[in-house]
Amino acid sequence: MSEKLPGWKDIPIGGMILEAGNAAKYETGTWRSSKPIWDPDKCIHCLQCWIYCPDSSIQVKNEKMTGIDYFHCKGCGLCASVCPDKVQAITMVIEET
Amino acid sequence: MKRVVAYTGNEVAAEAMRQIEPDVVAAYPITPATEVVQAFSGFVSDGLIQTEMMTVESEHSAMSACVGAAAAGGRAMTVTAANGLALMWEILYCASGNRLPIAMTVVNRAMSAPINIHCDHSDSMGARDSGWIQIYSENAQEAYDNLIMALPIAEDKNVLLPIMVCFDGFIISHSIERVELLEDKEVKDFVGEYKPQFALLDLEHPKTFGPLDLQDYYIEHKRQQHEAMKFVPDAVLASAKRFEALSGRKYGLIETYKLDDADVAIVVLNSAAGSTRAVVDKMREQGIKAGLLKIRMFRPFPAELIAQSLAHCKAIAVLDRCDSFGAQGGPVAHEVRSAICNLPKVPKVIQSVYGLGGRDLNIEDIVDVFGDLKKVADTGKVEKVFDYITVRS
Repeated sequence: MSEKLPGWKDIPIGGMILEAGNAAKYETGTWRSSKPIWDPDKCIHCLQCWIYCPDSSIQVKNEKMTGIDYFHCKGCGLCASVCPDKVQAITMVIEET
Repeated sequence: MKRVVAYTGNEVAAEAMRQIEPDVVAAYPITPATEVVQAFSGFVSDGLIQTEMMTVESEHSAMSACVGAAAAGGRAMTVTAANGLALMWEILYCASGNRLPIAMTVVNRAMSAPINIHCDHSDSMGARDSGWIQIYSENAQEAYDNLIMALPIAEDKNVLLPIMVCFDGFIISHSIERVELLEDKEVKDFVGEYKPQFALLDLEHPKTFGPLDLQDYYIEHKRQQHEAMKFVPDAVLASAKRFEALSGRKYGLIETYKLDDADVAIVVLNSAAGSTRAVVDKMREQGIKAGLLKIRMFRPFPAELIAQSLAHCKAIAVLDRCDSFGAQGGPVAHEVRSAICNLPKVPKVIQSVYGLGGRDLNIEDIVDVFGDLKKVADTGKVEKVFDYITVRS
């Protein structure tokens, strides 16, 4: 375990999380074994991937997809599977270190 | 103002709960605790109190509902016994682990099987490691007093742990005694308005209860629970001091009777302390320097105080109304032996299991224990460290 983690005197009691939404700080991107690659030229911005993504990792601005948040994306591939057959703007590739 | 009534243990427990008027009571009836739930739900139905009474389908649900209510920020209470307590098991740990100051009456009853509805301590003693504070009561008056004193202990900002108030099934729960009650307002003022430190319904401060806690933090949270227990004795004594000012009745972590100069002593908890006190007087008349140590607070265990109180004794007997099968004595005996083991001169110890399933502990049985203790004190030898008493051979 990391020595930097706080000790028992310095954490909230009972395992409570007192800071709302702090899961955003947790890097789940390291869990990924395959990675979605987005092709902006093919994308029609239907935002089906944004609806389905369980990790809120589809980045959108002004109702247009702008990219993928790889800090949180776990590589589940839902985005690629819901991308319409005629579009196929997201492809999954094996994650390489 | 004193109000004197002739009530059963169960009736005074219900009366204390009515006067406390918690936000939520979730309970499931079980002998010998049923009357507490029955009487209390009557108070709610009659509109005497505004408590949300949740009639649930099991004790597992009762404790779960209390956990939910307490996490939401409410004051939650419940009542159970024996197999009902066993069915709450996993949620007992959720209550303490989530640091929820729930108060529960446990009317001590033997665990099945064989099925038996009468008194022993195998229910609450089994829960001694669950992170709950445990207070034991000798009679109906103590059951009432302890229940009122319980909430300020559990809700102390340094404690925040759930608390059990135990008393003996049938012996106390169904026997009518003279009990002095406080006025409703006195009790309300004593327990005060509950202001939770952490509440899910505090919408200004959203928070999460009970998230996954793995190798990186779980032991830190358990260490915190261990620390919280250290604050309990002071909270118990502070609550007792305020209560004494109100009622005139004095309580400590333990109670001693003629122990200061005793050569031989019995350590016991709950109703058996009453009979033992009478036998101590009988022994003293015969010139035997006998004494009693009654444990009121079993969790946390006041080890140092107990060791100091017994340090001068030549021989002591610890009586358990519960066996830890295969061990060399019941839970109280083990705790007491651990507590005294580093004394400069360790008293000899006899450990006896008595009264399982409601078997009476009669005056003669206690006289016999003191007889054995006298022999041990005179010879310095313990022939049998551990045995059952009040059993047919």
